[in-house]
Amino acid sequence: MSDQKIDGFELKPGFKGMASDTGSDQTMFKGVHWGKAMMWIFLLSDTFVFSCFLISYMKGRGSTIVDWPNTSEVFSLYVGGVPVPLLLIAIMTFVLITSSGTMALAVKYGYEKNRKMCGWLILATAVGGLTFVGMQVFEWSKLIHEGVRPWGNPFGASQFGSFFFMITGFHGFHVSIGVIFLFIYTYKVFAGHYESKKRGWFTKMKGDYVEIEILGLYWHFVDLVWVFIFAFFYLW
Amino acid sequence: MEETNKINETTKKEEQTSTQKIGIYLWIWLLLFVLSFFSYMVDWYQFQGMLRWSLILFFMFLKAGLIMAFFMHLFWERYALVNVLLWPMTAIACFIFLMTAEFKYTLFSRFFYFVVGGA
Repeated sequence: MSDQKIDGFELKPGFKGMASDTGSDQTMFKGVHWGKAMMWIFLLSDTFVFSCFLISYMKGRGSTIVDWPNTSEVFSLYVGGVPVPLLLIAIMTFVLITSSGTMALAVKYGYEKNRKMCGWLILATAVGGLTFVGMQVFEWSKLIHEGVRPWGNPFGASQFGSFFFMITGFHGFHVSIGVIFLFIYTYKVFAGHYESKKRGWFTKMKGDYVEIEILGLYWHFVDLVWVFIFAFFYLW
Repeated sequence: MEETNKINETTKKEEQTSTQKIGIYLWIWLLLFVLSFFSYMVDWYQFQGMLRWSLILFFMFLKAGLIMAFFMHLFWERYALVNVLLWPMTAIACFIFLMTAEFKYTLFSRFFYFVVGGA
């Protein structure tokens, strides 16, 4: 999107550009920030990890002869004595999408060198992520109180618990790591590390707002995974 | 010399920062909310069977596509990157296909030996 231009290397659009880029001298993805390319490669590998979890869930759920718990009832909350199906999950989904939107805007304002706006938006994203994790903790403790264990539960097929804790746990872990980094980058943006070109940790790389885009890629990926978990685990 | 280099550097940086208009992000954001609301409604109205599954998949892929295309900027990225990311997904599709056959076989065996009681 905002890749550096390299003299003598003009990328043609479409498949012609792809052919000249992949077949070009020395390196592929010419002009793409290395951190961004590596984040994409990491996200691709992470996609495979989550795919394996979801596929094993499909296999487990499809091969049990006991009825699968009705997620609509298991994850319902009582509001004024009336059970509302999937209420908490719906709120969690909206919170995560909200934080994804603020992150997208933070990336935009970052590239426009609007430091304050970028910082506040990252902070908002971090707070959204923290809210999400908090609600997940509530959800977990509620289910554990109701007797859901990795080896069995009172609602139906005993595989339910292990898949639930594994998939949502791994996703929640990703969100938690993301929240930590969002707070760190909130500090870095407000402290003006990208204006003063301060170097990051473990790297000679000078600070640049492209880091915010890389962070954004990770955060959107977390939201992306939740879209699939929401569809397959909670709604299916 | 150094001074001119610096100036060139800054003009270069200015050229790079061609960001998208804010409107497109807000529209995608709104669309994601609306689609999430619709997929929640699938459960709310307790649609069942093929209608439920196709609606869930439809909203899911639409949401995933919007996030990847606009929030993760893949729509504006070069083809080399897009292709490197999307072609491996066929391996996942292949794996899903294989495991579908596998769970059907496991289910059959469990019914046959645990419920029917074997041959």
